[in-house]
Amino acid sequence: MKYVDEYRNGDAARQLADAIARTVTRPWTIMEVCGGQTHTIVKYGIDRVLPPQVELVHGPGCPVCVTSLETIDRAHAIAALPEVTFCSFGDMLRVPGSRGDLLQLKAQGSDVRVIYSPLDAVNLAAANPTRQVVFFAIGFETTAPPNGMAVWTARKRRLTNFSVLVSHVLVPPMIEALLEAPDNRVQAILGPGHVCTVMGCGEYEPLARRYGVPIVVTGFELLDLLEGVLRTVQQLEAGRAEVENQYARAVRPEGNPASRQLIDDVFEVCDRKWRGIGLVPRSGFKLRSEYRDYDAERIFAVDNIQTQESSVCISGQVLKGLRKPHDCPAFGKQCTPQMPLGTTMVSAEGACAAYFAYGRHLETQPARRELALQNGKACD
Amino acid sequence: MCLGIPGKVIEAYRENDLLMGKIDFSGIRKGVCLEHVPQAQPGDYVLVHVGFALSILDAEEAGRVFDFLKEMNQLEELEVPPP
Repeated sequence: MKYVDEYRNGDAARQLADAIARTVTRPWTIMEVCGGQTHTIVKYGIDRVLPPQVELVHGPGCPVCVTSLETIDRAHAIAALPEVTFCSFGDMLRVPGSRGDLLQLKAQGSDVRVIYSPLDAVNLAAANPTRQVVFFAIGFETTAPPNGMAVWTARKRRLTNFSVLVSHVLVPPMIEALLEAPDNRVQAILGPGHVCTVMGCGEYEPLARRYGVPIVVTGFELLDLLEGVLRTVQQLEAGRAEVENQYARAVRPEGNPASRQLIDDVFEVCDRKWRGIGLVPRSGFKLRSEYRDYDAERIFAVDNIQTQESSVCISGQVLKGLRKPHDCPAFGKQCTPQMPLGTTMVSAEGACAAYFAYGRHLETQPARRELALQNGKACD
Repeated sequence: MCLGIPGKVIEAYRENDLLMGKIDFSGIRKGVCLEHVPQAQPGDYVLVHVGFALSILDAEEAGRVFDFLKEMNQLEELEVPPP
């Protein structure tokens, strides 16, 4: 696949890894924001091939993982209503709420549908006028334009049976909260590549300045992550703290102006509770009041949400980069992708799921310091 | 969730009054909303997330990491496909 395969070249990866090793003179702690970046790191064993002084800490860039338990329980309550056709991205279906998940609701007879694109939910509403179609609109800024367009186009088509349950989260306030925390060890950040295709890089300049951390906006393939780390350690070693754009083939400094305009038209900033982290002020999007007729939270007054988290799960600490999955006593034992205790194991982008998928729960001794390659080519 | 996949624009069309594109992902074709990249032309590659094109991929920038590796003077023996 073009724009994919060339970024998985094993020999180029080794060269970048060697360049990193030559550059580093002292310990550095770098956080990659996105769950997709975590997956690439674990899949290729990038964290193991880097020099030991470089520690990669996994960030909370997994929107499935950080959707609050209250919101999940509210989604389940709405999905259970007989008149509702509840549409969701696939990875939300097995997120554990206080009592079960959407897939279990579907098994019990609720009308729960997996969709690929938010527009699919709109078309479903148009084709089924007797059903109340509710779309679970979660995600970071990357998903806000598609989710926003769904609401915008539903209003344009004058649909009266479509609504969205919104739980968007924003990256910059979350980074600020992490850097402000007294136990923060993160010295540099690999920024969210796809979020920045929408929002641009400008929001990260004040963070780099205020906290003295380099922020390198990074892509998701093997060479992207290695180049991102290389550019980051170059800054750290030189005492610089600037925003750089490693993912320039997809990210423009100003982002996508049409997407940003649509976001402004449909959403406004609000406080948001992050599962495992807590309330982060002004860190979410909600629908503007002009779109209140499409706001499922308002339309379906579901009360008495009483939440209950697993007492064993340490997802919150994993999301903040304070613990790694293998620090959890339940990892790979009571907690597996088939029977997840928490969100970081359920989500395709969760750190625990990544570690499990690439066999870290089976290891009894540290792996050899080699990229996970076969015949000089990066594995798929 | 933040999965962004590159795909090639085959042709543009309108559906429900939205600008859409038929996008090719190595042989699999899907309808993708092009409203936010209206300037995308057939032959361009776009980054697609949940059925939406968010960005047009820049071929020149795409080759940049390989220029850097060339500068490291060790690329001659590699078989890197042209972008």
